[in-house]
Amino acid sequence: MNPPVATPFFFYLLATTMIVGGILVITRKNAVHSALALITTLLAQAALYLMLYAPFVAGVQIILYAGGIMVLFLFVIMLISIERAAKERQFNKQWLVGIAAAAALGGLFIAIYTTTTKGKTLFPEGQVSYGESQNTQAIAALLFDRVHGTYMFAFEIASLLLLVAIIGAVVMAKKRI
Amino acid sequence: MHELIDYIQSYLKSNLTPGAAGNIFWATVYILLVFVGLSIAVIAMNWLERKILAHMQVRLGPMRVGPHGLLQPIADAIKLLLKEDIIPAEADKFVFWIAPFIVVLAAFTVFVVVPFGPTHAITDMNIGILFMLGVSSLSVLGIVTAGWASNSHYPLIGALRSSAQMVSYEVAMGLAVVSVIMMTSLQTGTGTLSMIGIVQAQQTSGEWFIFKFFPLGLIGFFIFAIAMVAETNRAPFDLPEAESELTAGFHTEYSGFRWSLFFLAEYSAMIAVSSIAVTLWLGGWLRPFPNLLHGSTWDLVFSLVPGLTFLFFAAICFFNVVRMPKHPLFKIQTMGLAGFGAVLGLIGLVMFVPGVRDRVGDIFWFAAKVAGFMYLYIWYRGTFPRYRFDQLMKMGWKVLLPMGLALLILTAVVAMRADLWDQLRGVGHP
Amino acid sequence: MTDPNTLSPLDLDTPDKTFLDSNELVINMGPQHPATHGVLRVILRLDGEKVLGLECVIGYLHRGVEKIAEHRTYTMFNPYVDRMDYVAAVSNGLGYCEAVEKLLSVEAPPRAQYIRVILTELNRIASHQLWLGTHALDIGAITPLFYTFRDREEILKIFEKYCGARLTTHAFRIGGLQYEAYDGFEKEVKNFLTFFAPKIDEYEELLTTNRIWLERTKGVGKISGKDCIALGVTGPVLRASGVQWDIRKAQPYANYKNFDFKIPTGEHGDTYDRYLVRMAEMRQSCRIIEQAVAGIPEGPIMAKVPKVMKPPVGEVYHSIEAPKGELGYFIVSDGSTQPYRIRVRPPSFVNLQALDVMCRGQLVSDVIAVIGTLDIVLGEVDR
Repeated sequence: MNPPVATPFFFYLLATTMIVGGILVITRKNAVHSALALITTLLAQAALYLMLYAPFVAGVQIILYAGGIMVLFLFVIMLISIERAAKERQFNKQWLVGIAAAAALGGLFIAIYTTTTKGKTLFPEGQVSYGESQNTQAIAALLFDRVHGTYMFAFEIASLLLLVAIIGAVVMAKKRI
Repeated sequence: MHELIDYIQSYLKSNLTPGAAGNIFWATVYILLVFVGLSIAVIAMNWLERKILAHMQVRLGPMRVGPHGLLQPIADAIKLLLKEDIIPAEADKFVFWIAPFIVVLAAFTVFVVVPFGPTHAITDMNIGILFMLGVSSLSVLGIVTAGWASNSHYPLIGALRSSAQMVSYEVAMGLAVVSVIMMTSLQTGTGTLSMIGIVQAQQTSGEWFIFKFFPLGLIGFFIFAIAMVAETNRAPFDLPEAESELTAGFHTEYSGFRWSLFFLAEYSAMIAVSSIAVTLWLGGWLRPFPNLLHGSTWDLVFSLVPGLTFLFFAAICFFNVVRMPKHPLFKIQTMGLAGFGAVLGLIGLVMFVPGVRDRVGDIFWFAAKVAGFMYLYIWYRGTFPRYRFDQLMKMGWKVLLPMGLALLILTAVVAMRADLWDQLRGVGHP
Repeated sequence: MTDPNTLSPLDLDTPDKTFLDSNELVINMGPQHPATHGVLRVILRLDGEKVLGLECVIGYLHRGVEKIAEHRTYTMFNPYVDRMDYVAAVSNGLGYCEAVEKLLSVEAPPRAQYIRVILTELNRIASHQLWLGTHALDIGAITPLFYTFRDREEILKIFEKYCGARLTTHAFRIGGLQYEAYDGFEKEVKNFLTFFAPKIDEYEELLTTNRIWLERTKGVGKISGKDCIALGVTGPVLRASGVQWDIRKAQPYANYKNFDFKIPTGEHGDTYDRYLVRMAEMRQSCRIIEQAVAGIPEGPIMAKVPKVMKPPVGEVYHSIEAPKGELGYFIVSDGSTQPYRIRVRPPSFVNLQALDVMCRGQLVSDVIAVIGTLDIVLGEVDR
């Protein structure tokens, strides 16, 4: 086995990138800058998946989110007049709901931290269930295998849902079908 | 010091890629080699495209800088570096600045997994082909942001066109790729996404995947071959930079060094997608006719081909040295061409040395196949008019996508009963 | 096809309603644009890439040719007409010379007529070659351009040998020709014909059945014969819409009535038909040249024309079939040595009117194709 690259240094580096990117997404006035920041966040997330020995998920993250969905995001944003969009109100002033949601999330984090680690290190040495080289095959087995195949139905339902969404979008966007 | 040398030498004994061996020294060396080789390939491609296109169009092409214009790319590069670097006043400066780098980064990063030989790759990833498709799809981000940041109409339309085009053709491309991944699962039971694994699967199956389940492999190859031209924005799908409509498309406002980065990225992306096609369908580094002409004699014959090829190029050079005008003004040019021929001949001779011969064979065959695709790119450009945007979309979504889906299903069905398929074709299954 | 009379004027001033409703885009194509064949400026109003309407802005190449004529004698003005449609300078000269001859009631001798026809038809081929090369280039095929320019060179060589100039030839004089055909003129023209016949096949091989070419040109920029007539469109554009109108047959000038040739016509009036019509016209021009070279009579090349031309008071309109359509000269004479007024009816200018009709509802790429297929020369549009 090779020396692992999943050192805490890389974790903190990527986590910082993600957080900074996330903050930039909501603070930038220019929507294209926000989108670029979001892409940075998503790429850092893909790298995090790699650290978790899940290269397949990382690859799919890059293809679908960074390469596909974000391009469509940019596509739409570019058609909007940026100068006028920047003058629009940037934040919804719903402090009450915001504070409540943030407090709930923070509480959740604290609860998980206190109940699961209980004085142990923040990053316990976990067991990797599949090595990097079997990860893709393992996912396929989990999804499609006749013996373990418990996620087949859920997978198909999810794709059906996406299809419905596509049809809905077409129906709403097209003036005349 | 001693440990360091041991560390460096330890890799040479292992039969792995530097990435798999975890050897950072050799990985760095390989990265530099690939980077330098790619840059040379782009420079050579620049010269070749102009020359080949010129000869297709009854012209001579560059003839002034160096013998037969051999130094033209270098002159171009110097010109581009010395040019004024213009950033439009109304442009979004940061995005304008970063866009070429995204494109170049995406185009160069994919070469991390390109297998030039069983061990001649920087690393072999479990998700190799997925990585290549994913990272090369990131280059569209650079193009879109470049077009937007220029804050000008033509670049914006060019960017919109290219993003729509690249996202659409990725779908058909992906389907063709998946059909190959299915083929890799025949011998071992489980398939692989690794680039080296795909070539090895072709080696064990005894035929390149282009001929597998004839004509299914061929159809997949054709879908990919069309989609990859669209993916790299080249003629006849060069709508994002259609000079007669959009002046220069997304890089209209770029000049000098930044423009040359787009140029560099376009050509390395062409090489990248060609390498995917070669790896997936044309047997990667495997030499031609692996199953028809086998045995040690044929191995020897094919191992001599790289050296002979270089000697052939050297012979062309010397032939042209003889044909050079005898005027004193051409003296330097004649000497330069002779020198170039001598270098080529020397490389050719070195390639006959047994130790070198065995090592460069893989890289040579891989590069030769990629070069074939590069020639096709130039040929397309010389022959075809440009598609219109709606026709391009129609072809992507209404022709290639259904074909890809049908191919996927057919490949799956046939792969399940490969024995029956071979009986139908009258071929005994080993 | 849309009735040209019902087209609404292009509304360029309405601001976008909201910043999200940015479907419509106004784009300035030209005057510096690689595909507008010079300095044509087209203001496009687009919905995505669909053309909602367009306006042509012309005049960037205006030199006041017609005004200049009023201060020049009839002979002095002759070279100026070459500068209008500079790719078909010989045709321009023919039209002008014949118009003045009509005004003076003289006729060029038969030998001059024959040489005029040969040069004019060679010029038609050269003009069509230039059109084909640039049109194909606009649509993205870069190779035909070099093929056509290579072969056009042969025609220009003949011009150069005949009168010393390649482009703005000033080949004809009022009343005939200044220069006798040089030695070996007939032979060189015949050589050109045998050289050129396979070259047309070569062009056609590259394009006529090319899938992408068909998709880019078929059904693009359609215009009906009725619309053409309503807009005054002439030349290959009119003929491709199925109207058999060629001034060489309808109102024969020079000595075209002596030659046997066909008027190629199209059916659909789309870009592809216009392409086919022009290709067929090149072949027909070859036929005319062949007959003319075979039948050049001996004799004088200049009619008796006074040294100082003072046409009688009156007016004359004379039109010829230039490569691009009907080229007409309306000359008013007040009896002096200088024309009182000259008005040119340039085919490019009139044909350009049809651009809006042909482009509405099509895509930006089609506008390029249609500008190419109209075969305009801005020197002639702006004069």
